[in-house]
Amino acid sequence: MSAGHSYDAEAYWKANLRLIFGSLIVWALVSYGFAILLRPMLAGIPIGGTDLGFWFAQQGSILTFIALIFHYAWRMNKIDEKFGVHEE
Amino acid sequence: MSQFAINIMFVGGSFLLYIAIAIWAKAGSTSDFYVAGGGVHPITNGAAIGADWMSAASFISMAGLIAAGGYANSTFLMGWTGGYVLLAMLLAPYLRKFGKFTVPEFIGDRFYSKNARLVAVICLIVASVTYVIGQMAGAGVAFSRFLEVDSTVGLMIAAVVVFIYAVMGGMKGITYTQVAQYCVLIIAYTIPAVFISLQLTGNPLPPLGLFSTHVDSGMPILDKLNQVITDLGFNEYTADIDNKLNMVLFTLSLMIGTAGLPHVIIRFFTVPKVADARWSAGWALVFIALLYLTAPAVASMARLNLMTTIYPDGTAAEPIQYDERPNWIKEWEVTGLIQFTDKNEDGRIQLYNDSEAFAPTAEARGWNGNELVVNRDILVLANPEIANLPGWVIGLIAAGGLAAALSTAAGLLLAISSAVSHDLIKGSINPAITEKGELLAARISMAVAIVVATWLGANPPGFAAQVVALAFGIAAASLFPALMMGIFSKRVNNKGAIAGMLTGLAFTLVYIFVYKGWLFIPGTANLPDTPENWVLGISPLSIGAVGAIVNFAVAFIVSNATEEPPVEIQELVESVRYPRGAGQATDH
Repeated sequence: MSAGHSYDAEAYWKANLRLIFGSLIVWALVSYGFAILLRPMLAGIPIGGTDLGFWFAQQGSILTFIALIFHYAWRMNKIDEKFGVHEE
Repeated sequence: MSQFAINIMFVGGSFLLYIAIAIWAKAGSTSDFYVAGGGVHPITNGAAIGADWMSAASFISMAGLIAAGGYANSTFLMGWTGGYVLLAMLLAPYLRKFGKFTVPEFIGDRFYSKNARLVAVICLIVASVTYVIGQMAGAGVAFSRFLEVDSTVGLMIAAVVVFIYAVMGGMKGITYTQVAQYCVLIIAYTIPAVFISLQLTGNPLPPLGLFSTHVDSGMPILDKLNQVITDLGFNEYTADIDNKLNMVLFTLSLMIGTAGLPHVIIRFFTVPKVADARWSAGWALVFIALLYLTAPAVASMARLNLMTTIYPDGTAAEPIQYDERPNWIKEWEVTGLIQFTDKNEDGRIQLYNDSEAFAPTAEARGWNGNELVVNRDILVLANPEIANLPGWVIGLIAAGGLAAALSTAAGLLLAISSAVSHDLIKGSINPAITEKGELLAARISMAVAIVVATWLGANPPGFAAQVVALAFGIAAASLFPALMMGIFSKRVNNKGAIAGMLTGLAFTLVYIFVYKGWLFIPGTANLPDTPENWVLGISPLSIGAVGAIVNFAVAFIVSNATEEPPVEIQELVESVRYPRGAGQATDH
């Protein structure tokens, strides 16, 4: 795998790192951000007897995590194909 | 039919199913035994990961924790799901590409060091053994309550069932029983939740019911709950908290710990391709979320139900007479998990928060202290009885609780036995062992692990309650950083990795032991385990995340001060990054 591969290994890895970085920003924003540190700022948005921060803590962050993983899997599989490193 | 007969039917039926699967999925090779032959479909693997991950703690204890802590304990919901994002992007696909059987094997090869592999084996065994004790003890509790047998006898029955399918089938048997166990546990968890959500809010979906209107009062259900419990001196359920640093670090420790737990990671070795490992993580979280999105609804609704049971005419009126208590309280009193003491001798059940702030109100009402102590672990198990649901739902809950405990126990036992037979015996003691010999060694290690786990479950050491902190702390501070650096850095070398793992681990253990006692021996703690004594308000339960940071920092500093890893190791790192050519998991 080291020598003579036909694909641009460095560009592939950078594309992966970019995608991971973007995903982890969203991951941190919904959990550590909206659900914990930024909750006081979201206190003005009411949801069924409480506020948006509480919803993110008990529902929203989990739903976002699912979306993030499927998005990552879908995008990475495309990137694999683009760089020709996908499995047959 | 009596409730006892119904419970026997549900639990016995589910056990017969697991044994039938074991006979069908017998392991013929080490590849079958360690990675189920490597041909598991990603959705199947997702369901198996769901059962592998969701333990007695998730099924039995988590809703109780949230009910007691409200918003503050949302940390468990986020922490135990957010780790899958890390697994999907930072570990699982690359470790699948590496294509070996165990987690220590990657650490040993990547850091070209038998000592690194040995450190990883020790971390794995300590984390997994402490974790398995809780599962076996949980199975014992479920047995003693629902099948009316002594909890030790219950434990033996559970051990025999696990023994049959785990020793015969290895990962192959465990995979398909876990899928069956997932189905049992998720049905058992959601059916009572749907009934209760309908009763209280008219909404059949618990995650929506949680934010809907309480039918009896016309208020949002969380408002109603806040009102009832603050009337009785408890903190508001949805209240924000002050110590955000600790909340962030605790959540982060749970996330990193989840991603670093070997029994979860090895499940990703069972799928055919790298792309499947990514999809698997997504499906796993979908299956896990079905329970995790339901749990907070169960928590708040069960707490409200409990309060309205004790105060049927509102909190301003007097609570119920002890003689008129519902049947489920009587049944749980037998187990000692609900305790009543009539402190003011008025024959009624005063349930309230014995705090200083509430003392004047309590005195004015002639109350002499809280009289009902309810163990929070019974919340989910008693839920169907509290809501007056039919007998078959109770039988289902019994089977579900056992499925959750047994599926996780089996996954942990496999992680332990493969570390012993593959990493210790084949990797160090006798590398020339034949495949047949290794398979036999794997089966014997599994059998020994089950016997040890059963014995520990029957005689839980005093620290059983602390083990979750320990298991997550170890996984977060030692295994996760080593695995991640092994993939994302070509510069980290053997010395850096070993130094990082050992300092991360030592730092975490010392911080836990200072507050919890050395090796959890009572009386040996150096400081009282209270927020005023914690450094920067960081609880010993949250220290794993800091330990991970220490691990990363030490590994980078030591690596940069010493030589680069050899060329072939840098090539190994290259190769795990690119999916092409993953093939089946092998041991060459």
